[in-house]
Amino acid sequence: MSDIRLEKLDDYRWRIPPVGGMRVPGLIYSSDSMLGFIGSDQSPQQVANVAHLPGILKYSMAMPDMHWGYGFPIGGVAAFDLDDGVISPGGVGYDINCGVRLMATRLFFDDIKDRLYDLVASLFQTIPTGVGSKGNLKLSVSEEKKVLRDGAQWAVDRGFGDTNDLAMTEDRGVMDGADPDVVSDRALERGKQQLGTLGSGNHFLEIEVVETIFDETAATALGLKLNQVVVVIHSGSRGLGYQICDDYLAHMVKKIDKLDFPLPDRQLACAYLDSNEGRQYLAAMACAANYAWANRQMLMHWTRETFERTLKKSPRDIGMRLIYDVCHNIAKIEEFFIDGKSRKVCVHRKGATRALPPGHPALPDRYRPVGQPVLIPGDMGTGSYVLVGTEKAFLETFGSTCHGAGRVMSRAQAKKASRGRSIAREMKDRNVIVMATGKGTLQEEIPEAYKDVDSVVDIVHKAGISKKVARLRAVGCIKG
Amino acid sequence: MKPFVRSGQPRYIVFDHTADLGLEIYGTDEQELFVNAAFALFDSMTDVSRVDVAAKRSFDIEGSDREDLFINFLREMLYMYNGEGFLVNAVTLDIMNSHRVTGMAFGEPYNPAKHRITIEIKAVTYHLLRVERTKKGWYGRIICDV
Repeated sequence: MSDIRLEKLDDYRWRIPPVGGMRVPGLIYSSDSMLGFIGSDQSPQQVANVAHLPGILKYSMAMPDMHWGYGFPIGGVAAFDLDDGVISPGGVGYDINCGVRLMATRLFFDDIKDRLYDLVASLFQTIPTGVGSKGNLKLSVSEEKKVLRDGAQWAVDRGFGDTNDLAMTEDRGVMDGADPDVVSDRALERGKQQLGTLGSGNHFLEIEVVETIFDETAATALGLKLNQVVVVIHSGSRGLGYQICDDYLAHMVKKIDKLDFPLPDRQLACAYLDSNEGRQYLAAMACAANYAWANRQMLMHWTRETFERTLKKSPRDIGMRLIYDVCHNIAKIEEFFIDGKSRKVCVHRKGATRALPPGHPALPDRYRPVGQPVLIPGDMGTGSYVLVGTEKAFLETFGSTCHGAGRVMSRAQAKKASRGRSIAREMKDRNVIVMATGKGTLQEEIPEAYKDVDSVVDIVHKAGISKKVARLRAVGCIKG
Repeated sequence: MKPFVRSGQPRYIVFDHTADLGLEIYGTDEQELFVNAAFALFDSMTDVSRVDVAAKRSFDIEGSDREDLFINFLREMLYMYNGEGFLVNAVTLDIMNSHRVTGMAFGEPYNPAKHRITIEIKAVTYHLLRVERTKKGWYGRIICDV
């Protein structure tokens, strides 16, 4: 581990005392055994680096799935004052609005188990996946700009799903303030070709089955039952988001010498929220967020059609309904209680999920009694967790919790560890049917390459920053 | 950009970095460092020997210092594939100083029937970025997001 000093506060929280130029302390959610995983990883140093940024409020935080990232650690959460604080593209990440969408069906595992292979194969055929995959539709630039402005609404208006889906999407699938005019031609070019594609790497579409229910009341509110078939989609804003992040990073790095404070790492390049650069990045970031929501909406629509076609059942019989859609790479202007006062702040969540408490006005009526659904995908073929947000998260972590399992092995290490093994076969032995486009993807994404999602979720549950509702077991998976 | 290996010194080596691709690049002079860096990028993505020289793209890149120039140059190379679907086989440089590099990239459009992309490099980053003169020539280090 780096030479950062960690003070244990309780079983699940460690504090990094503010030293040198740190403006606030660091706060890491973890456990004794999970901290051991960090090893030579520089992420605690990165938590400390983020604490150097102007206008940061309360703490520079990291969730238990924390691992090393560019500038900010993955799993990092930091909120900034709107007047004196900054916005950093590195605090959002390259894949802007990378997120997770969970859909319920009326089907139970027994209804599909004999058709599972066909279902996975049809999804694999229908949904564009893999390196540089291109979508089924070609957008004109003017149409693409509408996507950037209107998000999931654009997709619904063109017949991809219905308005009920929008109500169950974080921010109704459209972020305010999106301005396509501050998005570069290069970003538009990359975005034009990739709408409606899953992507590669850790992105996936999985058929899962509800395996355990921890909280009956919340599960009922979300419409989850034991053995029910659900679908999880993990994807983001594709090349468009990458290009927007990179464009603004380059732009902010160029002006780094003009900042009135020192930066511990160039990758933390940032701009004041109250500046032209800051406002323009937020407006461009919102475009990428909207693109990602339109993307997941389309992927969901094709999943619905594929289920109907393959199982030869009506939409009503399948009843594929959006439970919720969350983003886990984003910066948002949100309102919290700080020192007894309600205040609007800019929360960066980089590999962290919003987790609003019961009663919050941003929640759809259906979930208001139980809190915001939080969707945590595990590693390939393991399954996912459904949690809900809590009051404690609202007060302590700017309404944030973990986002996934978090990598522990590099891709090269994972490939080495999987040499000579048939990963698809191993998955089959675990009763998971996996299909992937890239030859190396399965090797790079072996379960051992990730932290154990059960432990990550246990920590956020016991620390009280979200509450376990259900565990889902993967039965079929398509990857890039 | 023909592969050339001076005795004991490869054009580049790959180093391991959690979830990412690290590249250490060598050159006898600064021009060669840049040429080899472009090679390292495309050699990591695909089998460069299968990329024919059928078309060319010019570039004119600026940077506030050597490191900034290096990363901006690699950004440009990467965009040729990520944005325009153009695979690069070779690069020649015309002007090269600490703030500007111009030249030509030679290659052909990506053809799925002919080329296989083994790693999708999504971005080049500032993390651990180095460009420095060594006793043997020039050394560059870059981490790519994959």
